[in-house]
Amino acid sequence: MSTELEPQPGEVEGEEIAEGYAQTPAARLAAYFDGGGVLVPVLTAVLAFFVGGLVILITGHNPLSTYKAIFNGSGLNWIFPWVSGSERTTAALNLQQTLIITVPLILTGLAVAFAFRCGLFNIGGLGQYLVGGYIAVWVGSSFAGMPSVLHIIFAIVAGTLGGAAWAGIAGLLKATVGAHEVISTIMLNWIAVWLGAYLFALNGPLQNTDPSQQSVPISNDIVAGAKLPVFWGDPELQGLHIGIFIALAAVVVFWLVLNRSTTGYEVRAVGFNPEAARYGGINVSWNYFLVMAVCGAFAGLAGTLDLLGWQFHIATNDVLNSASGGLAFFGIAVALLGRNTASGTVIAALLFGALLSGTSQRNLDPNIFEPELAGNLTFIIQGLVVLIVSADVIVLTMLRRGRSMFKRRSATAPAAKAEAS
Amino acid sequence: MEYALELRGITKRFGPIVANDAVDFDLKPGEVHALLGENGAGKSTLMSVLYGLYTPDEGEIRVDGRPVTINSPLEAIDLGIGMVHQHFMLVPVMTVAENIVLAQEPTKGALLDVDASKARVRELSERYGLAVNPDARVEDITVGMQQRVEILRALYRGARILVLDEPTAVLTAQEANDLFRVLEALKADGTGIVFISHKLNEVLEIADRVTVLRRGKRIDTVPTQGATEESLARLMVGREVLLRVEKPPAQPKEAVLEVTDLEVSDDRGLPAVRGASLTIRAGEIVALAGVDGNGQSELVEAVTGLRPVQTGTIRVGGTDLTDSGARGMVRHGVSHIAEDRHRRGLVLNFTLAENLALREYNTPKLSNGWLLSLKRMRDRARGLIREYDVRGGGPSSLALSLSGGNQQKVVIAREIACNPRVLVAAQPTRGLDVGAIEFVHRRLVSERDAGRGILLMSLEFEEVRSLADRILVIYEGEIVGEFPPDVSEEELGIAMTGGGRQREAAA
Repeated sequence: MSTELEPQPGEVEGEEIAEGYAQTPAARLAAYFDGGGVLVPVLTAVLAFFVGGLVILITGHNPLSTYKAIFNGSGLNWIFPWVSGSERTTAALNLQQTLIITVPLILTGLAVAFAFRCGLFNIGGLGQYLVGGYIAVWVGSSFAGMPSVLHIIFAIVAGTLGGAAWAGIAGLLKATVGAHEVISTIMLNWIAVWLGAYLFALNGPLQNTDPSQQSVPISNDIVAGAKLPVFWGDPELQGLHIGIFIALAAVVVFWLVLNRSTTGYEVRAVGFNPEAARYGGINVSWNYFLVMAVCGAFAGLAGTLDLLGWQFHIATNDVLNSASGGLAFFGIAVALLGRNTASGTVIAALLFGALLSGTSQRNLDPNIFEPELAGNLTFIIQGLVVLIVSADVIVLTMLRRGRSMFKRRSATAPAAKAEAS
Repeated sequence: MEYALELRGITKRFGPIVANDAVDFDLKPGEVHALLGENGAGKSTLMSVLYGLYTPDEGEIRVDGRPVTINSPLEAIDLGIGMVHQHFMLVPVMTVAENIVLAQEPTKGALLDVDASKARVRELSERYGLAVNPDARVEDITVGMQQRVEILRALYRGARILVLDEPTAVLTAQEANDLFRVLEALKADGTGIVFISHKLNEVLEIADRVTVLRRGKRIDTVPTQGATEESLARLMVGREVLLRVEKPPAQPKEAVLEVTDLEVSDDRGLPAVRGASLTIRAGEIVALAGVDGNGQSELVEAVTGLRPVQTGTIRVGGTDLTDSGARGMVRHGVSHIAEDRHRRGLVLNFTLAENLALREYNTPKLSNGWLLSLKRMRDRARGLIREYDVRGGGPSSLALSLSGGNQQKVVIAREIACNPRVLVAAQPTRGLDVGAIEFVHRRLVSERDAGRGILLMSLEFEEVRSLADRILVIYEGEIVGEFPPDVSEEELGIAMTGGGRQREAAA
């Protein structure tokens, strides 16, 4: 007698049980992602672009040529060897822009993803990004005599810790009095925004000290020694700074900590099942605090690299504008689309980076699509990604339908579904 | 033939796997026909075929002698087939009456006719002795009540064939008795009942006939008259099963766990354990028996470091470990087979290797303090999986892909691998089938004989009496008596419901 009727560890069975017991957001998300593997995020992106295409169509443009113009605007055509001459120069400039934006997108994506893996939802990327930037701009514009390398490291460490401390407030509130991190991080965003508006305002404590600029609500410039070196392109034309390597290193750290360290083991255990984690002797509250602080460090690093790499100063206007649709909010979409994994976050960040720079007024061919409209298209696609991932039922149902149809035809699927219970 | 239902030669394949292999099953009106089998034997598949969730590859379904095809639950309902699932499908925020009439509401114009709904519900509930309050919200009523609502809903939709999928799994003993009385009433009224279970005593008590499935095949259909638990278990598992635990007499040695004057609060902050004291010696199994909700869970949680102690002390091997937390308890030799393996004992989305590491992931065994050693985790998992005969997955399978019995083996393997002095086993066989229960019982006895002290918390009379060397009865948070394992069920029952304490007070 064979043993083939033992309940099989088939994926269908797993899904069934996972649904029944997926109580935490992380477990729910895990069930969702296990259900689709790499197919789900690809499908999500395709669906978002498809609906975006419909929007383009409604505005009376050709979706295909528009998407092609966005692609070229992002500079991604640089990878094709047949692009040459002035076209190639433009492509290189555009790609540098795309990658500059990708840096903070990766890091704010990690800030959301790391929280997710612990069952937390970090909406506070914006505040953490801003606070990291405030500290970086202060350190970077002070200490003018410092050796360059030291000054850069000092500014990066300070900005990163600033972001960590800012998010740590939300973590501490969650760990001690159980305040929900969604509420507290949103509140902290606004506090950070108005803190910036105050710091750099006219006569604010960190307003610039340049006598000719006293009527401008803007910070001092980062001194030359604290600026990140540019390794591709012209520093005068916003070439690509070395921050991208720091961001990629952060991705490696993220992966190592989460998947290889005892800390990451605790974080994932808490994310999937806090009760089981507690039973295993893990201090759940400490993990909530720690994880929020690490998330804040990622976002704070994003703000720091942006300032040291290409912004060099903060104006109160920038701060106030960032509250509505700043880069930091894209971190949520990046993490969702990237399935909260290291590699997924990089790919999703690059996708959104390309979309943002490809639709910018500077890069998009105005004959094909008016850039004023195209910028909003990026936000539409971002919104669609969040919507589709949040309404996971849609993609999952599509996938299930497809799968069960496939099963009926091929009849090779794993069995024992009914015996799962 | 006056069969209400006939399934003839039902075969259902999932790819290469035959979940049902030419299974015959029939049901007369006014009969309880039990469907018995281990987890994975094909019971649920067969009933899913009947309920229109699966289309059979071969075979025929007849209702009242007429061949039918059933393609959806709605068609099954139209044919008078009702199903009460293990996990209830009720809307928690709606009232009992609203839930029952859901999808077939009596209406007054465009509105729900509330009075007619209530009247119908009342009429049904009186007819079958299924007392429910039509106005109560489902979220406010007990699990047993919710089950009645499910049954009433099936009846309301005109069910004459009622399928109950492991209906007693979620019920207390008293609720199960109430359910059986309801089933008797339904029987008398001519309703045919399919009773899915793997609890042998219940099947013998309530069913008229039993069909045993094993690995997708129908092994036999026998009348319950003349059948015994042993004969059914043999049919079910395919070999002799030791329902009674065979164990040599205990040879208790030094005390390993001493609990003194323990007071513990429940989640609402009310006293749950009130001055309980107990001692467990190495090499004995001490059962903590009691009706659910008398503080035994809180006591177990306090002893395993999961619940703060108000007053009193917990000593392990002479060391005071009061309030040293879950990790402290494990480090000092108290392991814990948790009551609910899904909620607490396992991280279902973790692999087996990760789950098996839950107690010791940060010890030198499995990490260098900061980085995990995946290889050592995997090797250790492979060894434990082999030693405990965990089937259905390897070190990198997710815990949620295993059957309940195999999940429990993972928990037990992990807890024993810590090499504890005290093993606290809370309801270690809940939801398991006879084969798995036998495994768990044998293992607990062999760990006892290896010199561990075992505290067994169980709600099952049988388990307590067959496994324990001493029985402590807990009632309203106090240990109200100690009994030898050969105590009569009546005496134990009286003590568990507070009778012992009253007698003491009178004396």
